Amino acid sequence: MASPVPVKEKKLMDVKLGELPGWILMRGFTHRGIAGAFQRGYYPYYNKYVNVKKGSLAGISMVLAAYVLFNCCRCYKELKQERLRKYH
Amino acid sequence: MNENLFTSFTTPTMMGLPIVVLIIMFPSILFPSPSRLINNRLVSLQQWLVQLTSKQMLAIHSHKGQTWALMLMSLILFIGSTNLLGLLPHSFTPTTQLSMNLGMAIPLWAGTVVTGFRYKTKASLAHFLPQGTPIPLIPMLVIIETISLFIQPVALAVRLTANITAGHLFMHLIGGAALALTNISASIALITFIILILLTILEFTVALIQAYVFTLLVSLYLHDNT
Repeated sequence: MASPVPVKEKKLMDVKLGELPGWILMRGFTHRGIAGAFQRGYYPYYNKYVNVKKGSLAGISMVLAAYVLFNCCRCYKELKQERLRKYH
Repeated sequence: MNENLFTSFTTPTMMGLPIVVLIIMFPSILFPSPSRLINNRLVSLQQWLVQLTSKQMLAIHSHKGQTWALMLMSLILFIGSTNLLGLLPHSFTPTTQLSMNLGMAIPLWAGTVVTGFRYKTKASLAHFLPQGTPIPLIPMLVIIETISLFIQPVALAVRLTANITAGHLFMHLIGGAALALTNISASIALITFIILILLTILEFTVALIQAYVFTLLVSLYLHDNT
C-alpha cells in the first residue's frame, strides 16, 4: 500500500481504511493532542446542530448517544458475557 | 454476578490507556461558553439556571463570601452534570470514586477554615465553644467541637460517594432481579420493573440533590468563616 504522500502527514479524512492503525500509532498520544483533536472535531458539529437560533433537543441528545456508544465500546468485554448464547 | 456488580466502578481504561481524564472532562463540552449577548437556546437556558441558582445560593453571604461565587457555581454544575451523566447506560461516574470526592472536599473545606483563621481569628476559635455551656463541660466540649470540625471534609466526601454508589448498585441489583424474574413469574417481574422505574426517578433527584447539598455545605462552612 504505497502512497505518494507519507501517511503521517495526511488528515484523518484522507487516510485509507487499511492505513488507519498505522496512522493512529504514528500520530503520538499526547494529552494535548487528543484534547485538541476533540476540540477541532467538535466545533463543526456544534455550529451545525446546537449553535442555531432554534436548536432543539436533538442536538445535545446526539452528543449523549455518542457518549453512551463510547462507553459501550469501552466495556464491551464485560458486555459480551451477558449475551444469551450457549458458548461465550 | 458478584464481580459484575462492581466492574462498573473500576477505573476505565481502553486498550490500556487510562481514559478517566477524558470522562471527567466530558461534561465541560455540554456547557458551551456564551459568546454573544443573545445566545442559542442551550446556552440561554444554562445562563438562566445559573443565575437562578447563584442568586439563591449567594444571598446569605457577605461581600467577602461572595468572592467564592465562581467556585461554588462551578462546583454545583460539575457535580450535578457528572451525577446526571452517570445515569446513562454503561457510563462511568467519577463521583463514585472516594478519591475524587476527597480531592474536592478537603481543599474546599480547608480553604474556608484557613480563610476564617486568617481574617477573623478570634471568631473562628470561638466556634469551638458553643454559647452558654456550663464551665465543667468546657474541655470535653472543645474536644468534641474539634473532632466535628475535622470530620466535615470526610463527611462531605463520603456522603457524596456513598449516595451515588449505593444508588447505582441498587439499580444494578433491581434490574438484574427484574430480568431474572421474567422467566419465573410475569406479574412479579412487572412489579419489579415498576420499582426500577421509581428508582430511576429517585436517582435523578438524588443526583441533583447531592450536588446541591455538597455546594450548600461548603457555602455554609464559608459563611461561618467570613
